[in-house]
Amino acid sequence: MMPAEPDLGLWGVPLAILGGAIRVSTPFLFVSLGECLTERAGRVNLGLEGTLVLGAMTGYGAACESGSPWLGVGAAALAGALFGALHGILCRLPRVNDIATGIALMLLGIGLAFFLGKPFIQPVAPDLPAIPFGWWSESPRVRAALNVNVLFLMGCGLAVALAWMFRATRVGLTIRVVGDSSDAARAMGARLHTVRLLATAAGGALAGVGGAYLSLYYPGSWNEGIASGQGLMAVALVIFARWHPLRCLGAALLFGGAGALGPALQAVGLTQGYHLFYAAPYVLTLGLLVATSSPARALAGAPGELSISR
Amino acid sequence: MTAAAVPGTPDAAFDRSLAAARRHGEAVIVPLGALVAGLLAFALFLGIVGRSPAEFYGLVYQAAYGSTFAWENTLARTAPLLLAALCTALPARLGMIMIGGEGAIVLGGVAAGIFAMLYPALPGVLGIGGMVAVAALAGGTWIGTIGFLRHLRGVNETIASLLMAYVAIALMNHLVEGPFRDAASLNKPSTAPLSDGFRIGTIPGLDVHWGLAIGIAACVLCWVLLERTTWGFAARIVGGNVRAAQVQGLPVGRLMVGFSVLGGACAGIAGMIEVAAVHGAANASLAAGYGYTGILIAFLARHHMLAILPVATLLAGFEAASGLVQRRMDLPDATVLVLQGMVFVALLAGEALHGRLAWFRAPGRQ
Repeated sequence: MMPAEPDLGLWGVPLAILGGAIRVSTPFLFVSLGECLTERAGRVNLGLEGTLVLGAMTGYGAACESGSPWLGVGAAALAGALFGALHGILCRLPRVNDIATGIALMLLGIGLAFFLGKPFIQPVAPDLPAIPFGWWSESPRVRAALNVNVLFLMGCGLAVALAWMFRATRVGLTIRVVGDSSDAARAMGARLHTVRLLATAAGGALAGVGGAYLSLYYPGSWNEGIASGQGLMAVALVIFARWHPLRCLGAALLFGGAGALGPALQAVGLTQGYHLFYAAPYVLTLGLLVATSSPARALAGAPGELSISR
Repeated sequence: MTAAAVPGTPDAAFDRSLAAARRHGEAVIVPLGALVAGLLAFALFLGIVGRSPAEFYGLVYQAAYGSTFAWENTLARTAPLLLAALCTALPARLGMIMIGGEGAIVLGGVAAGIFAMLYPALPGVLGIGGMVAVAALAGGTWIGTIGFLRHLRGVNETIASLLMAYVAIALMNHLVEGPFRDAASLNKPSTAPLSDGFRIGTIPGLDVHWGLAIGIAACVLCWVLLERTTWGFAARIVGGNVRAAQVQGLPVGRLMVGFSVLGGACAGIAGMIEVAAVHGAANASLAAGYGYTGILIAFLARHHMLAILPVATLLAGFEAASGLVQRRMDLPDATVLVLQGMVFVALLAGEALHGRLAWFRAPGRQ
């Protein structure tokens, strides 16, 4: 016989938020790391929202067809890289504004994903594996909260790796110089446009992986409401994280927690006003943007060539 | 002596008007070329997924412009798009890229629905006038806040406006499912249905609601404001160079907030028109994506208030035809979204051509 579940009462809320923070933060983490990489090379990609949705659709479709979730993740990364490269190529043209291009690619990416993803709304794709860190507990809710997906751990590793890359490697130095001063990069002999193009494509690939997480793990299915601004919030999150990969990880967890607030309160039986709690991540993002922006000076830590900080 | 015309002669006047035609011609030809390129790219896409582009464009023409009924359908959808485009185009003239018009539309519609619920006894003109006022107030406050944050704190208005659009949609869901839900609306939570006095009728002789007239009037008034008044002149200076405007002593902050409020008010009225002329109550149908189509229209029109009129009519045609195209060709409802995205990308890529086509360069200028 199963042991009766101990009633967690209101303690269920912080527990659900903790578990939710880990679950919800993974797409934020990947998109923000991708945006961080792109922006460190001096370019803004607002189109990552579209890339995220496109990655979710591609990943789900590929996993359905092949039966392997990891092939789905790979396909999502490839689709994201292609979309990022498109952004990079467009922005390289003279007089082309990277903010406007990002908006256009956001709409195009969402449109393409909905158009091509129509056949995948019904089928069931295999899920990504998770590691049960909650094995010690009797409570199924504790177990559910501590079930950590492999992609989240990979994202944590990636954040550390990117931080190390920016600080200690030649590649990282080149990206930083390209992002901080075109003149210095040219003097150094760095291939400015190639570096930006590659960084934008790599950033797109990471956003694609974030999308694959959405469709292959949590919420774990493909539908047209799968992403609701995570890609865009991640752009704001990078500003809040001051363009540092490790702070992106912390910020992603914070945003994940805010995003888990609505579902957590609904789960303990709150039926009134939960729509407002669903708005919490957006309000939090806005609040952080207001708190960290300043009209007088460029933001500390901002790459010098970035159009949004000039 | 060279062959240059002597000032004051008919030749000089002709040269001047030719130069002007070249300057303005570029602003028309390049977006038009981009539009054609985008439509061709979409034809290629349809070919790749195995559908006939000829059938698609034929159906769109038939369903959007092929008959009086089709034109009326198109023009009814033009109305909210005109106002939604103003929400992006007005702030853009001051150098702000606002893309959150959807939020102002949704809140304007909800405000109008709630107003009609709270004051059902108001007579016709007062009722509709009141709905316009509260919708403009709701939308204007929403977008104006973003302009204020941009000026006061340097907050990136593009990101902020889109975030605010998500907040607005959550707020709408809360209001129509919670405090202002009509108990009779079972499977689609809505505010109470508007009484007849609050509905907007059709323009006599044309089966199109009055929203179209409101939208056209708004575009013309905004054109007058921008091109024929000192406020508009000041706003255009801010858009050209903020530092220069500050040095001139122009009230940059007030202009930025003011034009954001105006843009938001237009989008709010678009929401009110949707409620009072189309849906008959405020509900989730308000978030139909008009705000996002409005962004594309504003960019295609190069943020020119009168150019919005033809561009909005064109894109409204695609929206109007989407239902028929989906049914006849068995295409997903995102088809129009893909088309819009491709036109948008082609348009921005076309920016690279500005100043590069030799014919448009005025003689003697580089």
